Amino acid sequence: MSTFNKDAVIKLSASLNEPEWMLQRRLQAWALYESLPMPTTKDEEWRRTDIRRLKLNEIGPSVNGDAAVNTAIPEFLGKELTEDVAGGRMLQVDGVVRQYELSDELKAQGVIFCDMHTAVSQHPDLLQKHFMTEGVRPDEGKFAALHAAFWRGGTFLYVPKNVQAAAPLHSVLWSVNGKTFTHTLVIVDVGAEAVFMDEYASAGGELPGLHNGCIELLVRDNASLIYAGLQDFGQNIWQFNHERGRIGRDARLDWVTSVMGSRLTKAFQTLELDRPGGWGRMSGIFFTNGRQHLDMDTQQNHNAGSTTSDLLYKGALRDKSRTVWQGMIKAQPGSQKIDGFQANRNLMLDKTARADSIPGLEIEADDVKCTHASAIGQLDPEELFYLMSRGIPRNTAVEMSVQGFFDPLMRRIPFEGVRNRIFDRIVEKIYT
Amino acid sequence: MTTALEIKNLHVSIGDQPILKGINLLVKQGETHALMGPNGSGKSTLAYTLAGHPAYEPSAGQVIFDGKDLLEMEADERSRAGLFLAFQYPAAVPGVTLAKFLRQTINSRRKAQNPEDPGISIPEFRRLLTKKMDSLGIDHKMAGRYLNEGFSGGEKKRVEILQMSVVEPKIAIMDETDSGLDIDALRVVSEGARRLQEEMNMGILVITHYQRILNYIQPDYVHIMLDGRIVESGGPELALELEERGYDWLREKHGVLEVA
Ligand SMILES: Nc1ncnc2c1ncn2[C@@H]1O[C@H](COP(=O)(O)OP(=O)(O)OP(=O)(O)O)[C@@H](O)[C@H]1O
Ligand SMILES: [Mg+2]
Repeated sequence: MSTFNKDAVIKLSASLNEPEWMLQRRLQAWALYESLPMPTTKDEEWRRTDIRRLKLNEIGPSVNGDAAVNTAIPEFLGKELTEDVAGGRMLQVDGVVRQYELSDELKAQGVIFCDMHTAVSQHPDLLQKHFMTEGVRPDEGKFAALHAAFWRGGTFLYVPKNVQAAAPLHSVLWSVNGKTFTHTLVIVDVGAEAVFMDEYASAGGELPGLHNGCIELLVRDNASLIYAGLQDFGQNIWQFNHERGRIGRDARLDWVTSVMGSRLTKAFQTLELDRPGGWGRMSGIFFTNGRQHLDMDTQQNHNAGSTTSDLLYKGALRDKSRTVWQGMIKAQPGSQKIDGFQANRNLMLDKTARADSIPGLEIEADDVKCTHASAIGQLDPEELFYLMSRGIPRNTAVEMSVQGFFDPLMRRIPFEGVRNRIFDRIVEKIYT
Repeated sequence: MTTALEIKNLHVSIGDQPILKGINLLVKQGETHALMGPNGSGKSTLAYTLAGHPAYEPSAGQVIFDGKDLLEMEADERSRAGLFLAFQYPAAVPGVTLAKFLRQTINSRRKAQNPEDPGISIPEFRRLLTKKMDSLGIDHKMAGRYLNEGFSGGEKKRVEILQMSVVEPKIAIMDETDSGLDIDALRVVSEGARRLQEEMNMGILVITHYQRILNYIQPDYVHIMLDGRIVESGGPELALELEERGYDWLREKHGVLEVA
């Protein structure tokens, strides 16, 4: 079994037939990775997430998905892929494209939708310029550097200037071996529009797995992107993510995140409102059970005046699971007339679960409206009684009530098939 | 066979405070009973207890519904057995639309009858809902709203009766359905209840403070509750007498002190 080292970086790059520039970037990132200390609970950002039991080298880098090509993908994913209304669909199994379609209409529009390796070889200019340069940078942290050195698979979407992508795009990244380093890079050029749903899931397993992912969403002036990143890994996966959305002048980013799986997740999600008129909304849907540990670090950076951000993260917790949400709204000096909102609500389904909710504001301007709210609650017995009093059995009433808790956020997921699947997963988690 | 709700010597305490102190009442299918009484006398407590609210645990007495021991049944079983409560203060259910909720109430009934039942089809449900909403003058847009969330007082009451007309109970308790309704809505809603009574031979226990609703839903019997007991029962004339004289004569007659 291979471990993380410089040789492995070189081998990976060679096996992917990468151009020299990408190899060099990987090697630089590897050097950076080696120079950075492993985070510990002494670091403020990692205070509530202890990863001492993570044995990175026992897990090792991703493996080529060719071996997995003949394994069946779960029925629900296949069903979803055939039933949705997407104009572009892609299924990757451990970094290898298994299924790919892009409608003629989208092609004619000049929309580029492909796996990341195809993007590196066929669109080198775009990639060289935008890959991990303005979204997430390798020097943001130990795991950003590791990702930059070892990434494999993932999806590239480019929508040219003033093009409204004719249909939504849908990507499913399925992992059999549980070691994934996928990268999402989306560029919605000036005045363009797109809807993109990005799912990642894995088979469960006994052995620990790793997902070290990165999501970059670049929304240019006057552009608009609806992006849903939906995670449904097995509970053997350690997940470390860096995710950033950049929003230009009068541009909009509607960003939905759903986390159902993983053993432990630590994600950094940042919204950068770079120009006046920018609008960004972050919606989070989580359900943890067993001993799952989920730690979300969010930032809403108002780098320009007259910008709006709106964050609502909701989690349901069972058993001995634990969630942490730590949110920060930042306003740079001179960023006047900004409107920033953050709220976190947690539904405790068991007394043994624990949720920490830590909102924060760092405002260096005076003409601003920034508010936050957080709440922790249980199922409302009056609500359950009301449902039951109409003949609905208790279990169904609980399901409806939990689904109701998430419903306002679920409505922001653009595909009904996927919404239903997440609802099913939520119901499943109520009982397992 | 007609169904009856038979309450025998029912006692209910909240904490260590006795609220119901021996209620006896018999409501049969097809009959209309009015239950009146001053604020705080225990009318809603009786309604909640019958509907199976977990906070209202009877300490003594018996309730027989359709030949079965009602107090042994969970709230959802009571409902499926044919007992309905239109709440005085219906709870909001955020995130669950009125349409989704009504569909689930129908499907829960079907599934209880036959676990294999696939549930009501969407077109059939739409037709049913449209018809029922129209007959109660409820805006179709309400179907897509979260149940009772931000509904006006009158909208909530109409929606309670909409639910009643969807589940078609054998016996319905209407707890101050008239309060919060405007004059026209009161007529529409009362006629809705009356229609159900005619079509389904529904029994009604209407809890109210005012004669007005009784003009539409004419009671066969009127009962007065004071301090957790039914102290007086009679015909429709009893309600009229109350309207005129208030409760003091009854308090004096039955030795009940007015609670401050
Ligand atoms: N959950 C509760 N906790 C404490 N006291 C309660 C509770 N529910 C009812 N009570 C008390 O029981 C008494 C009876 O209340 P109930 O709501 O049954 O009266 P009511 O006859 O319906 O009055 P109204 O005409 O005002 O609706 C009141 O004194 C009330 O405060
Ligand atoms: Mg009352």
